[in-house]
Amino acid sequence: MSFRDALASGEFVVTSEVGPPKGTDITEMMQAAEALRSRVHALNVTDNQAAVMRMSTIAACIHLKQAGIEPVLQVTGRDRNRIGIQSDLLGAASFGITTVLALTGDHVVVGDHKEAKPVFDLDSVQILEAVAALNSGTDLAGNELHGTPELLVGAVVTPDANPIKPQLAKFDKKVRAGAQYFQTQAVYDAQNFLGFMEHARERGAKVLAGIVVLRSARMARFMNKNIPGIAVPPRLINELENSDNPEQTGVTIAARFIEETRDHCDGVHIMAVGADHLVPLVLDAAGIGEVAQ
Amino acid sequence: MIVMRLKPIAEIREMVSRHRHVMLVGCNTCAAVSLAGGETEVETLLETLRLASSQFGPLTKFSGAMLQRQCEPEFVEKLDLESCDAVLSLGCGAGVAFLAANEGVPVYPALDTLFIGAAKGMASWQAECSACGKCVLGYTAGICPTTRCAKGIMNGPCGGVKDGRCELGDRDCAWVQIYDRLEAQGRGDQFGDLNVHKDNSINSSCCEWDMGPKAGESR
Repeated sequence: MSFRDALASGEFVVTSEVGPPKGTDITEMMQAAEALRSRVHALNVTDNQAAVMRMSTIAACIHLKQAGIEPVLQVTGRDRNRIGIQSDLLGAASFGITTVLALTGDHVVVGDHKEAKPVFDLDSVQILEAVAALNSGTDLAGNELHGTPELLVGAVVTPDANPIKPQLAKFDKKVRAGAQYFQTQAVYDAQNFLGFMEHARERGAKVLAGIVVLRSARMARFMNKNIPGIAVPPRLINELENSDNPEQTGVTIAARFIEETRDHCDGVHIMAVGADHLVPLVLDAAGIGEVAQ
Repeated sequence: MIVMRLKPIAEIREMVSRHRHVMLVGCNTCAAVSLAGGETEVETLLETLRLASSQFGPLTKFSGAMLQRQCEPEFVEKLDLESCDAVLSLGCGAGVAFLAANEGVPVYPALDTLFIGAAKGMASWQAECSACGKCVLGYTAGICPTTRCAKGIMNGPCGGVKDGRCELGDRDCAWVQIYDRLEAQGRGDQFGDLNVHKDNSINSSCCEWDMGPKAGESR
């Protein structure tokens, strides 16, 4: 079942992600994708993630598509202006790549080409507006299109952002700009997430909870310290600290979160961050079987 | 004011080393106030370059002069270059360019022009304006997102905000500040409507730029 159909039908949606290679060898990316094929409705393909230059996202999406795996095209505003973004969206749609995730994008100074020009002509909200324009048959300048795409567009949100109020105000803007689904930054505190879901539900937003599997107490502390918008509660860090098998405990923590929240959200987006093998384990532990093909 | 800082001495030496007699020209407005191109800075740079020249040769002669502003004809006209075969400007980019257009000799920048800013404290300035040509400060509680947000985005904080700080680590998140100030001023409801599409065309062509051959006539 396609991502679009699953989202519309109310099925619990499962997505994960792969990163295009730095180079032309797609072997590893395709192996990672193959390993997840039966467990996900779609795979996000990152857009020069962390501002590190890699193979074009659209090219990587085409490889997945040709292998029969549904890609989600991540689109950031960092490297392309409004001409480039719209042009790429049309190009992607012409290949049947119609599920999109709009992001602002990490700043170039955190990446590997620090002297590059950060574009940010459009931010995430404005990319959503660009998609809405294209879907309605015109570009952002109001010119008519010959052939109109039918893009399904989502956006991201950080439920544990500090401070939270401006984040929620921006979330509301994304809803109004036409975001049809949301993926969250990694979330760990189920109660806090459920509080956010009340806000999201009042606005009719569909939300996939972001999952990053913790592999050690050290990793949890590192993320708390260094990754904006991530707040692993101390009790989980203790749980990992006291475990003989922290990786297994991390899988249990992730599965428990899914079980506690699955009736209140629309799915999960599992970010493997270098541990692809844990994704099926989390889904197994949470009792989520293979997706209907 | 326009805020500038001195280029590395090695870079300055490299630029002017081929010349016999270089005139250092300070600028008594922004450059002086931002402690980069006033009388004191001209004197200091003169001494530094004389010392460097005497040590590393070939010997170049350096003189100094001050202009009230390097970006206006009535002041630039007063500049006497004597026998100099080059100018080293301690002005902003506009000063360098205007001198270069009006003097017959090569003009080099001694400073890097950084931003339009306000004095924050002693010898400290905060970037406040990027001269984008479409001011949004009325909607953003007087905090410029183009300048103060690392990404210059227009709809609120990105995912990189951590405890109110920008992930680049060098500043508070402009969008959190905008949100807080709008709230504090009782106009928090404006945040949701705020969405400025940047009009980059203003930076590509506007009549006040006077880029054409009839420069100066458009106003």
